[in-house]
Amino acid sequence: MTTPAPGARYVSIEGINRRYAAPGGRTTTVFSDLWFSMNKGDFACIIGHSGCGKTTVLNILAGLDKPDGGAAIMDGRAIEGPSLDRAVIFQSHALLPWRTVLGNVSYAVSSRHRDWSREKVRAHALRFIELVGLKGAEHKRPSELSGGMKQRVGIARALSIEPKMMLMDEPFSALDALTRGTLQDEVRRICLETGQTVFMITHDVDEAIYLADRIVLMTNGPEAVVAEIVDNPLPRDRRRLDIHKQPDFYAVRNHLIDFLVERSKTFKSALPRGYDHRHPPVIRPTADRISPPGGDARAA
Amino acid sequence: MAFGLSFRAGVVSLLLLAALLLVWQGATSGFGGSSSSLPAGMDPEYAKLMGLTATSGKSAVPSPVEIGAQLVTLLSDPFYDKGPNDKGLGIQLGYSLGRVLLGYAFAVLLAIPLGFLIGMSPLMSRALDPFIQVLKPISPLAWMPLALYTIKDSNTSAIFVIFICSVWPMLINTAFGVAGVRKEWLNVARTLEVGPLKRAFTIILPAAAPTILTGMRISIGIAWLVIVAAEMLVGGTGIGYFVWNEWNNLSITNVIIAILVIGVTGMALDQILAAVARLVTFPE
Ligand SMILES: Nc1ncnc2c1ncn2[C@@H]1O[C@H](COP(=O)(O)OP(=O)(O)OP(=O)(O)O)[C@@H](O)[C@H]1O
Ligand SMILES: [Mg+2]
Repeated sequence: MTTPAPGARYVSIEGINRRYAAPGGRTTTVFSDLWFSMNKGDFACIIGHSGCGKTTVLNILAGLDKPDGGAAIMDGRAIEGPSLDRAVIFQSHALLPWRTVLGNVSYAVSSRHRDWSREKVRAHALRFIELVGLKGAEHKRPSELSGGMKQRVGIARALSIEPKMMLMDEPFSALDALTRGTLQDEVRRICLETGQTVFMITHDVDEAIYLADRIVLMTNGPEAVVAEIVDNPLPRDRRRLDIHKQPDFYAVRNHLIDFLVERSKTFKSALPRGYDHRHPPVIRPTADRISPPGGDARAA
Repeated sequence: MAFGLSFRAGVVSLLLLAALLLVWQGATSGFGGSSSSLPAGMDPEYAKLMGLTATSGKSAVPSPVEIGAQLVTLLSDPFYDKGPNDKGLGIQLGYSLGRVLLGYAFAVLLAIPLGFLIGMSPLMSRALDPFIQVLKPISPLAWMPLALYTIKDSNTSAIFVIFICSVWPMLINTAFGVAGVRKEWLNVARTLEVGPLKRAFTIILPAAAPTILTGMRISIGIAWLVIVAAEMLVGGTGIGYFVWNEWNNLSITNVIIAILVIGVTGMALDQILAAVARLVTFPE
């Protein structure tokens, strides 16, 4: 994949910062001067410790929250508010409890296609309910579903509006390993097939390696920064079951875990030489080396 | 257990009722004698002096049997109308229900939209709060003279009093329910670009409906409490007037029957709203 000229990126976050009022009249800065961008069809995962501001970034991309400075841009236009072009899978499911599974998905479909007939909306919604494996549960209410099933309804709802971009906030975190695996497969397949641009938050290193093309590493908050962007060296046609046999798998995995355990805490206090907020270093950990070597500043 | 809890509770309720009626019957039917014979050891001369109630040893309070008999009579022809002071129980009840439902309906029409406004707009919420705080604790009957003076029609005044007493719980609960709609549900609507009107009807209304219904249920209870007092004041028709009129007639039997009818009707109104509330309640 060739890198387009800067400014031609599909989605870009340009120097955003976000502050909250803290007790005592002061403010806490969740993050400031945050930059990164994505190409069309990119699958990006963002990894960082709890409270570093991942959901905040996602909400800004969704248009549900506004940065206190900087801008988020999609397809050449600043994101001013929520849009049907960007579907959100919420960390808390956010299903409407008074509607059934079908009702929840149909609500999204009929919002997208306001001129569709009831039958058409229903058929479209059912197709996506089936896609996430909830066929037979379409008349259940959210309270009658397990956590994993609720999450799947959220996924079906997001997919059903066929957005230009998907924003997922830990979509698989509440699931058991088996369900998580199948859903990861499904989501990856659907996103690849439809060329979906995806921004996903996760705490799971293996999930990030399996799904993402690029992994954004965020340091601990407050005043979190993007430490680096990991370019996933694994081939695009990877499979979940034998992904650990890929030669570069452990290089990426160790790099990510090393970051989460060690460097996410210390990174800010000792920014590598030449660190530029605008262009966080892009690292491609492979079995034999980590390139470009700029990312190795910590070794010193 | 062979029998469910509600079955056993029902049995206990029936036993309590039977015990109550028995004690009542015993207490009102004299000192053991039948109504015709004099109480033991009472001088017939003295009995003559004291009048019939004392002589027969019978209480002025009617016994359940008498009330039952009178109830059957009243219920067998509830809708007769023999002039202003003699109307069937059904007609009187109908007047009261009509007033309550009319006043209540006006209150719904005002309180729910206004409650939405207050719940959705922090500005309006603060601006209207002092008015609500002052108006809410006023006894609805305190409005009665003012209503009679300005409206001049006693029937409309009673309806107004019902309106004013049922507006507050609905208004406050609607505002509270609307303000408390979970942000994530609103965010769902926002990401789907749902317009404000559709959002109000498809997200806020169903989410706030259980709270609104709670307010409506409190309101109907208060309205039914107030209508009896209001009708005693304005007179003319209605179950409240009936009670007062029967008291003037010294017909304690009819007063007790009216009390029973008021209680049962109030319960029915409450149960209707409870059923509606169950319909709109969603488990989380
Ligand atoms: N409404 C708010 N008021 C004050 N502070 C807030 C508010 N919302 C978020 N924050 C702060 O912003 C920071 C980032 O929150 P955010 O929800 O983005 O974290 P996160 O990275 O998604 O965490 P997690 O992984 O636990 O979901 C947190 O430290 C939180 O305390
Ligand atoms: Mg979060």
